[in-house]
Amino acid sequence: MFRRATTLLRQPLMGATSRRFSTDLPAAPVEDSTFVEAWKKVSPNVEAPKTPLAYMKPRPATPTSLPSKLTVNFVLPYASELSAKEVDMVIVPATTGQMGVLPGHVATIAELKPGVLSVHEGNDVTKYFISSGFAFIHANSVADIIAVEAVPVDRIDANLVQKGLQEFTQKLNSATTDLEKAEAQIGVDVHSALNSALTG
Amino acid sequence: MASAGGAAPFWRAAGMTYITYTNICANLVRNCLKEPFKAEAMSREKVHFSLSKWVDGKPEKPTIRSEGSEH
Repeated sequence: MFRRATTLLRQPLMGATSRRFSTDLPAAPVEDSTFVEAWKKVSPNVEAPKTPLAYMKPRPATPTSLPSKLTVNFVLPYASELSAKEVDMVIVPATTGQMGVLPGHVATIAELKPGVLSVHEGNDVTKYFISSGFAFIHANSVADIIAVEAVPVDRIDANLVQKGLQEFTQKLNSATTDLEKAEAQIGVDVHSALNSALTG
Repeated sequence: MASAGGAAPFWRAAGMTYITYTNICANLVRNCLKEPFKAEAMSREKVHFSLSKWVDGKPEKPTIRSEGSEH
């Protein structure tokens, strides 16, 4: 969480010109104004055709004050778990540890390790076990979390997890090549994460 | 994200790509699910594709690979 502290200290605080605040980004434009003006000069009677930009939903503006809610998009290759859901906080299992994301979080890209994602909305907490993936947090308090496989924690079978953990610990001890060791290590990591998800 | 400059994650050091790593993780998680969900998940693991090598601008006979899991 304090990874960027050293880089920030190195830059002198000269004011708004040298550092991009999250307040600088307005909402993305809905139409390409230079194109429309050029068109009008050439043929003022015909209406300018719409460019692809006009069909896209504009990026939400980065508000100047802290927004009260975080908008979460949690997607998997085969389904969209959460789509533009307004929540209070999410805790993502980043490779650097459990990272809490509140509205107004600094823009971050985090690689996720196998672990539990918890979504906090009021008093409800929904927990998903994620196999691995990425979390993109944007300056306008929109968080995109992508994973290959995510299951609610109550769908995990404890016996299978224990068996898997023993099997991979054995494989790790008997592994010879680098690749085998890496695979066994992945197995041990995933199963221990599953285990702590079940107990924690 | 390695804060120590060049230190690659162990799977990268062993020659594995991120996609291979993340697919292995996903398969392991799917194998640990409770029953009705496990059957649905198994259908997601299947890959089915046809592969053909090209020699001198012409494709050779395609091989069809239909597997249940990564390996």
